[in-house]
Amino acid sequence: MEENNEAPALKSIIIDNVKYKTRLTKKFMARKVYEPIDLKKVYSFIPGTILKVHIKEGAKVKQGTKLLELEAMKMANNIVAPIDGVVAKINVKSGDLVPKNFLLVEME
Amino acid sequence: MTKKTTDLKKRMRDALMGGGQVAIDKQKATGKMTARERIIALVDPKSFHEYDLFVEHAGKDFNMGDKYLPGDGVITGTGTINGYPVCIYAQDFTVAGGSLGWMHAKKITKIMDHAMKLKVPIIGINDSGGARIQEGVNSLAGYGEIFYRNTQASGVIPQISVILGPCAGGAVYSPALTDYVFVVDKISKMFITGPEVIKTVLGEEISMEELGGARVQSEITGNAHFFAESEQECFEQIKTLCSFIPWNNMKKAEPFPKKPPRTRSYNIDSIFPTNPRQPYDVKDVIKAFVDDSEFFEVQSMFAANIVIGFARLNGNTVGFVANQPLVLAGVLDVDSSTKAARFIRYCDSFNVPLVTLVDLPGYLPGVDQEHAGVIRHGAKMLYAYSEATVPKMTVILRKAYGGGYIAMCSSHLRADFVFAWPTAEIAVMGPEGAANIIFRNEIKNAENPEEMRKLKIKEYKEKFANPYVAAAYGYVDAVIEPAETRNMLIHALEISAEKAEVRPNKKHGIPPF
Repeated sequence: MEENNEAPALKSIIIDNVKYKTRLTKKFMARKVYEPIDLKKVYSFIPGTILKVHIKEGAKVKQGTKLLELEAMKMANNIVAPIDGVVAKINVKSGDLVPKNFLLVEME
Repeated sequence: MTKKTTDLKKRMRDALMGGGQVAIDKQKATGKMTARERIIALVDPKSFHEYDLFVEHAGKDFNMGDKYLPGDGVITGTGTINGYPVCIYAQDFTVAGGSLGWMHAKKITKIMDHAMKLKVPIIGINDSGGARIQEGVNSLAGYGEIFYRNTQASGVIPQISVILGPCAGGAVYSPALTDYVFVVDKISKMFITGPEVIKTVLGEEISMEELGGARVQSEITGNAHFFAESEQECFEQIKTLCSFIPWNNMKKAEPFPKKPPRTRSYNIDSIFPTNPRQPYDVKDVIKAFVDDSEFFEVQSMFAANIVIGFARLNGNTVGFVANQPLVLAGVLDVDSSTKAARFIRYCDSFNVPLVTLVDLPGYLPGVDQEHAGVIRHGAKMLYAYSEATVPKMTVILRKAYGGGYIAMCSSHLRADFVFAWPTAEIAVMGPEGAANIIFRNEIKNAENPEEMRKLKIKEYKEKFANPYVAAAYGYVDAVIEPAETRNMLIHALEISAEKAEVRPNKKHGIPPF
């Protein structure tokens, strides 16, 4: 089998302080840069529909307080506050369709 | 008798028309062959014999009872490829979209059972809209029966899946359980949840091609092993694969006439740079010492930093696993470890000796790799090599550093023979990294730290970046000139012909799946 795509240009990669000339793969180029976990930001863990918003911006909440109800795969999931704090911003309203890893609620 | 024969002929004519001319025209308009044409194109001329042509579907609900679905949308039979017997089935998209009902599944499982009894390969051509919803839970039962048989047959008879159309939902798991998956550009589509569902649930728009087309499956997911531009090319690939593999796990691959490599086109001296930082195409190195310089690569587009595939040495099939310095410097990572480990297990199951070519700087650093589980995925290679009892030959070409050295079929994982070229550097890590750690204080306290660093790196290189330290401990069996490689491997293969290694008795191990 011959590869039909033209030879991509050589780039370099550093391993143990040594620079190697080599090609890079699409997957390698598309890899995500790591971001530390921020407990103040509540993301959707699954794509779905927001059924209910239980709180308002400015509300003081305890860890475990129900913030939202997110329906996904025929299940209503409770999204709860990860920490004690104040709800700074709510980025969704009832009926919204959200993808995975969507920033739902920001806390302070 | 003539009356009866005429009746039979009429029945056959009706059944052989599948979904009828309109449906056949529609299939052809999309650039696809019909199911029967595909089988005929794949097997040896006039070798195909069909069974269960008159099977009728078992659907009763939703007015299905009145419908006639010729052969229930799947063609099954036996034939030969390269003169050797195979069992084969092809889903017929012209009949109810090739949907899988209970009798459709029964035909498939029946031919699979045949293949197991006869100890011959099973080839499945997939072109189906999925489960036949009208048959409800029976179509689920059908898939389950197929998956169970795929698993039982795994490692006993070769199982080949050809995706020539949609293969969606539960249907994808039969191919995923088989040895090799063939896809064709713009024709094959595989996914668990299709674009429609994704759009309704998530609002994300994506085409079938982008979601699970042939390229995606070959390059990104690694679900497919062979990519072709056309159905005909795909069938040629299957025939070539069949020429390399044994017909079942009790046999060896059929030997071919011996042929020398074409060394004029593949000359080690011009292919292979001695400077360990310079890339080269390791496939050219393989071609430099295998029969007729013919290397049949598997999964060429996925995790291209490791190369796997088949070639012959003195007429006998061997499986190659080789780091590819041309891509990502040949590092091991999640994808390349998974790819290689599975191939090693394939070769071990089917009595194909393994040749490993080593030239890697180590594992790919990065948070994404660590979080993607490079520990457990990398462990698959250690497991697969340690478990394998087929003859194992390793050739260390240049770099063999750290964990990468161990993983690439070192003598510690029970390679039968480890050869090293004089350019080999077998060390705990690259000279630069090692010198920085070992001589940290000397470098820091030196009047000119940069000079001292260079000096120490040079010192380390001279002392340790060679094959002789490992050879002194007997971890390398022989340091050889590159030109001797073919002869050494052929000799090693010959004397390993009766190799028998006993493993502890167990039901099965617990590999890091």
